[in-house]
Amino acid sequence: MAVTVSIPTILRTHTGGEKSVAAEGSTLAEVIESLETNHGGLKARLVKEGVLHRFVNVYVNDEDVRFAGGLEAAVKDGDNVTILPAVAGG
Amino acid sequence: MARYDSLLDALGGTPLVGLPRLSPSERVRIWAKLEDRNPTGSIKDRPALAMIEAAERDGVLRPGATILEPTSGNTGISLAMAAKLKGYGLVCVMPENTSTERKQLLQAYGARIVFSPAAGGSNQAVAAAKDLAKQNPDWVMLYQYGNPANAEAHFRGTGPEILRDLPTITHFVAGLGTTGTLVGVGRYLRGEKPDVQIIAAEPRYGELVYGLRNLDEGFVPELYDESVLTGRYSVGSYDALRRTRQLLETEGIFAGISTGAILHAALAVAQKAEVAGKVADIVFVVADAGWKYLSTGAYAGTLDEAAERLDGHLWA
Repeated sequence: MAVTVSIPTILRTHTGGEKSVAAEGSTLAEVIESLETNHGGLKARLVKEGVLHRFVNVYVNDEDVRFAGGLEAAVKDGDNVTILPAVAGG
Repeated sequence: MARYDSLLDALGGTPLVGLPRLSPSERVRIWAKLEDRNPTGSIKDRPALAMIEAAERDGVLRPGATILEPTSGNTGISLAMAAKLKGYGLVCVMPENTSTERKQLLQAYGARIVFSPAAGGSNQAVAAAKDLAKQNPDWVMLYQYGNPANAEAHFRGTGPEILRDLPTITHFVAGLGTTGTLVGVGRYLRGEKPDVQIIAAEPRYGELVYGLRNLDEGFVPELYDESVLTGRYSVGSYDALRRTRQLLETEGIFAGISTGAILHAALAVAQKAEVAGKVADIVFVVADAGWKYLSTGAYAGTLDEAAERLDGHLWA
């Protein structure tokens, strides 16, 4: 399964400045492993103690993965995965 | 009866209107809770007044006191009106990339504005307000992100109003900012009807707003309770604008941009219910009307142009 992953400014040091990179996997966990292979260091920024970092939000086609199984969330061929830091609203 | 002793007493009791043209079918219906019909024109009148009254009850807020609050706009405007009527001063800490109407309204109500840098968005405003609170210990920071009276206002007001008007509700969709609306209404509705789905729509801004130095500067409001939600959508400015215009063109409702983002999520939920052959009554929040966003160009020109103009603005 090939997916496109949007990388926030703050994590682009790991992707050589690329805003968007390709990755493989059928779950978010696999996508993150695939990212780590090509862009070392990303995994440690995204995952803490086996769960997503508290201040990191990940969306598959705009839906927050925390409500779709977290790291086990399913991804399909052609999905867009978006990583964003948590910021305040209101 | 629609007679009140003062503007503050006219809070809440907002209409719930059906959207027959935007609803996918007779079985899957979408309803708009018109929170722009509050005293200063936004849903924030509810938490603002509730937070002030709670602080008065607790003896924290005394006559002549100065209120301090980080806000990107609507909460500030609500507080400014209530502070004016009740004789308090108000200092708002606001990111500089909010609409000019919000700034002018706050100033018209006599509030003082302290601007925080555009980069970093509301995170920076929260941090700056916390600093100001330390320097001015006699000021009272109500702190909408962590004040239980915020969610409580929706638990006691917004939630019961919705269930009273639509006992068949299956989904509630609202914007995620302080998280007060979703947590308050969500707790109430799920307490009464455990199967109700509670869906968040959060704004996705241009990159400038996410300009943190490191991830640990991220921010999750203290009020946030993930267990109340059943889904959460991130909506970019193009989709928010597209739905804002669609709401006006098809149902006649002139709403602000964050409402477009909420409608976008509501329509996604409606589509899922329709495909699954379910019966659904979906309520979404119209958080405010469009007046305060006219200067951003949201309602003029092509969607692409409008989305570009909005990039870097805090529109929710």
